[in-house]
Amino acid sequence: MSETPKIRLRGLSKSFGEKVVLEGVDLDVRARHSMVLLGGSGSGKSVLVKCILGLIPPDSGTVEIDGQDVRRLSGRDRAALLDRIGMLFQNGALFDSLPVWENVCFKLLAQKRITRRGARDAAAEALAQVGLAASVGELSPAELSGGMQKRVALARAIAARPDIIFFDEPTTGLDPIMGAVIDGLIVDCVERLGATAFSITHDMASARRIGDDAAMIHKGRIVWSGSAETLGRTGNAMADQFANGEREGPIQMELRR
Amino acid sequence: MSAPLNLLALLGRTTLAALSGVGALVLFAGHAMLLLLRPPYGPRLFLRHFAEIAYFSLPVVALTALFTGMVLALQTYTGFARFNAESAVASVVVLSVTRELGPVITGLIVAGRIGAAMAAEIGTMRVTDQIDALRTLSTDPMKYLVAPRLLAGLLALPLLVVVANLLGVFGGYLVGTMKLGFAGEAYLRNSWDVLEAIDVISGLAKASVFGFLITLMGCWYGYNSQGGAQGVGQATTKAVVAASILILASDYVLTEAFFAQ
Ligand SMILES: Nc1ncnc2c1ncn2[C@@H]1O[C@H](COP(=O)(O)OP(=O)(O)O)[C@@H](O)[C@H]1O
Ligand SMILES: [Mg+2]
Repeated sequence: MSETPKIRLRGLSKSFGEKVVLEGVDLDVRARHSMVLLGGSGSGKSVLVKCILGLIPPDSGTVEIDGQDVRRLSGRDRAALLDRIGMLFQNGALFDSLPVWENVCFKLLAQKRITRRGARDAAAEALAQVGLAASVGELSPAELSGGMQKRVALARAIAARPDIIFFDEPTTGLDPIMGAVIDGLIVDCVERLGATAFSITHDMASARRIGDDAAMIHKGRIVWSGSAETLGRTGNAMADQFANGEREGPIQMELRR
Repeated sequence: MSAPLNLLALLGRTTLAALSGVGALVLFAGHAMLLLLRPPYGPRLFLRHFAEIAYFSLPVVALTALFTGMVLALQTYTGFARFNAESAVASVVVLSVTRELGPVITGLIVAGRIGAAMAAEIGTMRVTDQIDALRTLSTDPMKYLVAPRLLAGLLALPLLVVVANLLGVFGGYLVGTMKLGFAGEAYLRNSWDVLEAIDVISGLAKASVFGFLITLMGCWYGYNSQGGAQGVGQATTKAVVAASILILASDYVLTEAFFAQ
């Protein structure tokens, strides 16, 4: 790995009051590859992604994207960086005051890459990619089922053809077939568009399908990283316990908290 | 031994917290106003909020102003009768309404309606990650959410107050002529003669300030809300309470500025 990593995290830490969420995260994400991040609920995966995007300021540590320290960038450069990044939020985060088509084309409209007139067609195309009919574009997000919202959010995240895409639990709440379709789309983004993907998932089948590399976060640190193909037989006790869903092992569920 | 010191420390900490809160609020408002000046401009968003405030508040404001004018005429008449000054009804009504009651009542109604709705909408967007999503979609949430709302508040309230003034005076006229036995024409002439430009202008200026404060409180508490549905509920309450207090406090300051010699 002589190439500069697309994303390089060093010593990233974040606490909310007393609660320590990230405690020195070190991680490299290869350009034009797909990284999956594993970890139990509440282990700080979403917080980690928001720190990378600059939506939450980390307490300490650095985030480098393309070798540049993100926190040293001027406001304008940081905005330019975000222009090239797509994000699928865990709960979709669709704008419920706007119809679906405007949600999907929001970034293209904001960047004035398309006109409002052309946006409906562009939205229909993006919706078709995630298996939704063009007529869905006229609905409001509140009229959609959870799984449909997720797919719309995915369409929105990739509509502007980003260079780096973050997926926070893209297949949670979808049926297995739709999950596989979404996985295919993510692989497609990496292979066809040459994007770098960073996905959070609990779904091992999905992790193996979409991941080139994988890493596992536990108690605020990266405890294992390696090839996604080896998931389940990595030799790392924590990663194997998680991947195989075993009750007994080094990770103790803190049920009483 | 340290009880008084503790008290002092508490006082100091509270004061510092309050000051830094005010500082953050001023920066928030200043930032939003600066963004208004910077292109691209979003007339679509502005118009949506303007309509929301001006058009949809109109019936409530109109009704309230009408009844306020009616009550005012009645109270003035019975009160002033003790000094044989019943003839002052028209002047009292028109001056009270244009200078004070029109703007203040409109402000309080809009604070309840719009301040609450804005805090709830923006607060929900905050706790469901929609504000974060805006930033990943090449959109500055301050410019997209806050700036057009502040401008709409600033401009819509004076419009509402014009209507409130007219209906307030009309309410006084109704009671004055139909119940208290004033001649219609004389009542109106009386009102018109006593009215000066500054009465109306000061009322409209107050309205503008109130509109700004209402939308600012709605945006501020919504933008900073956290912790799910409960947090949004708290933000909504705080926005309405803060806006109401600020309206009454700034009303005093503005009255002092306009009329105290
Ligand atoms: N804005 C916040 N304020 C306080 N605590 C937070 C905030 N965001 C996340 N947390 C806490 O950080 C921890 C990790 O959250 P999160 O990253 O969402 O977990 P997950 O790994 O399931 O995505 C949780 O315990 C959560 O309560
Ligand atoms: Mg999460």
